[in-house]
Amino acid sequence: MSFKITTAVIDPDARKRELTQSAAGACVTFEGWVRNHNDADMDVRGRATQGAVADGEAVQALEYEAHQAIAEKEGARIVAEAMTRFAVTVVHCEHRVGKLQIGDCAVWVGVSAAHRGAAFDACRYVIDETKARVPIWKKEHYASGATGWVNCATRTT
Amino acid sequence: MIEVTARYFAAFRERAGLDTERVRTQARTAADLYGELAKRHGFADSMTRCKVAINDELADWNVALTAGDEVLFFPPVAGG
Repeated sequence: MSFKITTAVIDPDARKRELTQSAAGACVTFEGWVRNHNDADMDVRGRATQGAVADGEAVQALEYEAHQAIAEKEGARIVAEAMTRFAVTVVHCEHRVGKLQIGDCAVWVGVSAAHRGAAFDACRYVIDETKARVPIWKKEHYASGATGWVNCATRTT
Repeated sequence: MIEVTARYFAAFRERAGLDTERVRTQARTAADLYGELAKRHGFADSMTRCKVAINDELADWNVALTAGDEVLFFPPVAGG
């Protein structure tokens, strides 16, 4: 099991091969992609967008920042929790940082398990906890030239 | 009065206009210190949505500060 912060392009196919286990009868992977619009309704927690930025504004690029050491430590805890809570064989998560373009894979979670139920549950757990707990921040660059930190009340434009 | 190092990340860093500063403070806890620095720099996020790390470990807001601590202030996270 592993949790990695990377500046490199995530290769889902290569990562998926690391999930292979002869005891595994199910594999669930999740890819989080950079989308082209600001959409507060899609997030569980609200974000405060101030100034001229409205939901639906075109996003041209995203910039992710992390505190790598603490992010990888907290991420490793989440992956370990998933291994304990669900009957899974392998759990990996990788999150990219730096400037990403529309369509890029920002985060990847892969789980293998004997049966599908545990694989789905563990995959969902890892992505949800990662979004809620790991010190990673996302700055949206809008078509208008403005920028905004997602989910923060403080912003600079 | 103790002296600690405050470090800011992401939106906090941009709002404060700096990433690190030495702070002399009477704050006893990380929460007290956040209150003080939020006022100084205009951080608008409720502490309950933010996180703090002390000397590179995530910590509780009510943990007591010690002279020389490095206190990392994390605005609301937004991975994924």
